[in-house]
Amino acid sequence: MSRGMLAFVVVGLGLAAVGSAQENADCLACHGEKDFTTERNGRTVSLYVSEKSFGASVHAELACVSCHADLEGKELPHEAPLQKVDCGTCHETEKAQHAASLHGRALKRGDPLAPTCSSCHGMHDILPVKDPASPVSPLKVPFTCGRCHQEGSAVMRRRTIHQDHILENYSESIHGEGLLRKGLIVAPNCASCHTAHNILPHTDPASSIARANIAKTCTKCHAEIEMVHRKVIRGELWEKEAHVLPACVDCHQPHKIRKVFYTQGMADADCLTCHQEKTLKARDGRPMFVDAAELQGSRHAKIACSQCHSGVNVSKTRPCETITQKVDCGACHTEIAQQYAESQHGKLLARQDPNAPSCKECHGGHGILGRLQSSSPTFAMNIPQLCARCHREGQKAAVRYSGPEHGIIEAYTESIHGKGLLKSGLTVTATCTNCHTAHHELPRTDPASSVNRANVPATCGQCHHGIQEEFEKSIHHTLVGHTDKELPVCNDCHTAHTIRRTDAEGFKLDIMQKCGRCHGAIAKTYFDTYHGKVSQLGYTKTAKCYDCHGAHDILKVTDPRSHLSRQNVVQTCQKCHPGATRRFAGYLTHATHHDPEKYPWLFWTFWGMTGLLVGTFVVGGAHTLLWLPRAMQMRRELREAEAAEERREAADGSEPGEPEKGEASGPKPAEG
Amino acid sequence: MTMEKSDQPRPPQFQRFTRLERTLHALMIVSFIALAVTGMTLKFSYTSWAAFISRRLGGFESAGFIHRAAASLMFGVFVAHLVDLNRKRREQYSGSWARLLLGHDTMLFNRRDLRELVASLKWFVGVGPRPRYGRWTYWEKFDYFAVFWGIFVIGATGLMLWFPELFTRVLPGWLINVASIIHSDEALLATGFIFTVHFFNTHLRPEKFPMDIVVFTGRMPVAEFKRDKPAEYEQLVAEGRLDDHMVEAYQPVVIRTIRAFAWTALGIGSFMVLWIVYAMVFAYR
Repeated sequence: MSRGMLAFVVVGLGLAAVGSAQENADCLACHGEKDFTTERNGRTVSLYVSEKSFGASVHAELACVSCHADLEGKELPHEAPLQKVDCGTCHETEKAQHAASLHGRALKRGDPLAPTCSSCHGMHDILPVKDPASPVSPLKVPFTCGRCHQEGSAVMRRRTIHQDHILENYSESIHGEGLLRKGLIVAPNCASCHTAHNILPHTDPASSIARANIAKTCTKCHAEIEMVHRKVIRGELWEKEAHVLPACVDCHQPHKIRKVFYTQGMADADCLTCHQEKTLKARDGRPMFVDAAELQGSRHAKIACSQCHSGVNVSKTRPCETITQKVDCGACHTEIAQQYAESQHGKLLARQDPNAPSCKECHGGHGILGRLQSSSPTFAMNIPQLCARCHREGQKAAVRYSGPEHGIIEAYTESIHGKGLLKSGLTVTATCTNCHTAHHELPRTDPASSVNRANVPATCGQCHHGIQEEFEKSIHHTLVGHTDKELPVCNDCHTAHTIRRTDAEGFKLDIMQKCGRCHGAIAKTYFDTYHGKVSQLGYTKTAKCYDCHGAHDILKVTDPRSHLSRQNVVQTCQKCHPGATRRFAGYLTHATHHDPEKYPWLFWTFWGMTGLLVGTFVVGGAHTLLWLPRAMQMRRELREAEAAEERREAADGSEPGEPEKGEASGPKPAEG
Repeated sequence: MTMEKSDQPRPPQFQRFTRLERTLHALMIVSFIALAVTGMTLKFSYTSWAAFISRRLGGFESAGFIHRAAASLMFGVFVAHLVDLNRKRREQYSGSWARLLLGHDTMLFNRRDLRELVASLKWFVGVGPRPRYGRWTYWEKFDYFAVFWGIFVIGATGLMLWFPELFTRVLPGWLINVASIIHSDEALLATGFIFTVHFFNTHLRPEKFPMDIVVFTGRMPVAEFKRDKPAEYEQLVAEGRLDDHMVEAYQPVVIRTIRAFAWTALGIGSFMVLWIVYAMVFAYR
């Protein structure tokens, strides 16, 4: 009652103000209430219209009765229900298209799943297409359509739709990726191909996706696509004789664009018309011949010329006239190009150093092969020779290098890695690039280098992972050993390029020198013991550093986990001395007799023995030296007596030949 | 020195050493040199010579075997000598140790040795005549007991190093280190002393130069005996027992063989002296 009275007053005022039609405010007097509802088919239906969202909609300027036309001039409150709003009053074309479309025809059939205008556009809150919040804005279209056309929806389950996983496939396609992932709103959405209102099955000749019309639909965006599809079409044939030519979707599946059924490189033939000429030369004399067979056998066989020589463009003279830039491999190999740019090679190239290797230097040009193909220069077994082209002693990279590594290639070839790779053909063996990386090689002084001290364990650990794990727990690793001194990494003991078998004699003997570089004093004392002396003689059977201390799991002897901790030391000795006991382990393996504080017994024993030795020699030597002149005198007298004796015998004439001999030999020693 | 005259009838000579004593000395030389050479390779392992010799000997294990075998031989020589002494006691000293050890020909030092030492020193400096030495001079006795001492000290420590696991059942491990120092330095002393002082006193001393082979032949010309050991000679003559000790001289071929052996030993010994000097003076670290 009161509402009726109020409405009357409002209408009266309205009439007074504008004349005939009802004001929106009149409608909102009731419909602006959030709890304004009605009963329809036994259900409670809200009749609320948000003034705010209507005010923000495209129809904000319109009166309610413009759409709800059957209320024109009616008394308020009005009778219910009202007629359905006819959008076609204003949107005639769309109405007609919709009526003829799949959606419209379904609606006409009374299909309850058929979409009306409001299914897609909404009702009072219709927003402009340009508003990102609109359900029909480009970014929202796939989801708006997807409400019905996604797996599991009522439409997909109950109606015959010839495609499946439409929304998923679309979102992974290049179109979907452009739109949804990159936010490129000009990337095609559903409506771009299917149209917004004129949606027809592809069997309908009028459909935008009918075989005859596909080319037209696609070329809306791919305007000059004929230019690169010359093998399939010639000029306008695609449109004229669409029935005999493959349509776009025959190769580029609908919704799955990019998962293609076609081979690329169709325009290559154009390039080859000139470049197959063996004598073709550039103006500066560079050969411009391209071996088509080589290209066909290459890793890039399916890549079109223009994908690498990307400057190609439509040109009145020659397409390649527009090429000004060198091939940029980074266009496809983005990450690798990034790595390369950071590498020493890349930095040199950026400085336009003539020695800098570009991609081509290692990978080759048109005949580029994958690294798993044995004839590729980047095949594991060929890498040492590849790098050697510059890094062999005397070559351009080697002459610039001032570090400690020399004869790298030769040393590597003889190393365990080199033998494994080159002699045994074990392609998983470490080659140059395994340690130095393929595209990110840097001098070892660079903290980002894979061969920088800090990174060496991880680099070697790529293959020797178990050892890396062991090493990371050892006192030599920076995580465990806290010292200002430089801790060793793999190559300090194993070297970089001359890595040997650790079970070979050379390595075993050498390791003591390696340990001794840092542990000088203690290594020296080792050589004072039997173990060390035998090792020094060149035999490996006695205990060496790692036999007792462990190799990669080396720990402080005070650490209970150390091989030499109180708990473990007897067991460690028993590796070689099966009868070893706790007392046996008391043997001083690093004994020195030069330290009276630490080893008083040894010190005093040594000096006691030395004293005895010196004393004995002094007494014995002095006695001998004192004796010497008398002994000489005795010898002289003896010789003289002998000579005299022989002379007498000769005088007696008993032995004529003898005296001469005696005389001749007699005095000699005496003179000496 | 006059022995080579084969066309002459060889005059009988004085027998100074028995066959067993000569054999033991020869075996002693063999084992001593073997021990010294193999041992020094370890002691001077930092010289390239040591590595070379070790390789020649077939590696440290084989050198170690030789060392231990030679040590066993030397122990054997030592034991045989003790047994021989015991026999001597029974046969020549009517079973009395006292007579053997305190008698005229004893190897033990006594007052007479002290007198001779003083007299020798006087002679050396020219204030007295050459002492009239008897059967054993004091330096010979010193050499003799040096071997006793050496066998005891080097032998005992050597056994510890040979069987460390056994000894450390009772002894602390660091005693093995002490044993190595004693073994090594005592061996150096023995080697150095034998190859210099002993070599000089018996072989290189000018009146004997280049060597005295009496320890190999066991016999020497009477004139030489008379000159070397006048006291003993005179006592034997006085007692009329000289003829009991006279034996036939060896054939020249035997002498040549003996000289070859002696030269070899002398050569090795001299070489080792050079090696030790080189290792200790020039290559020490």
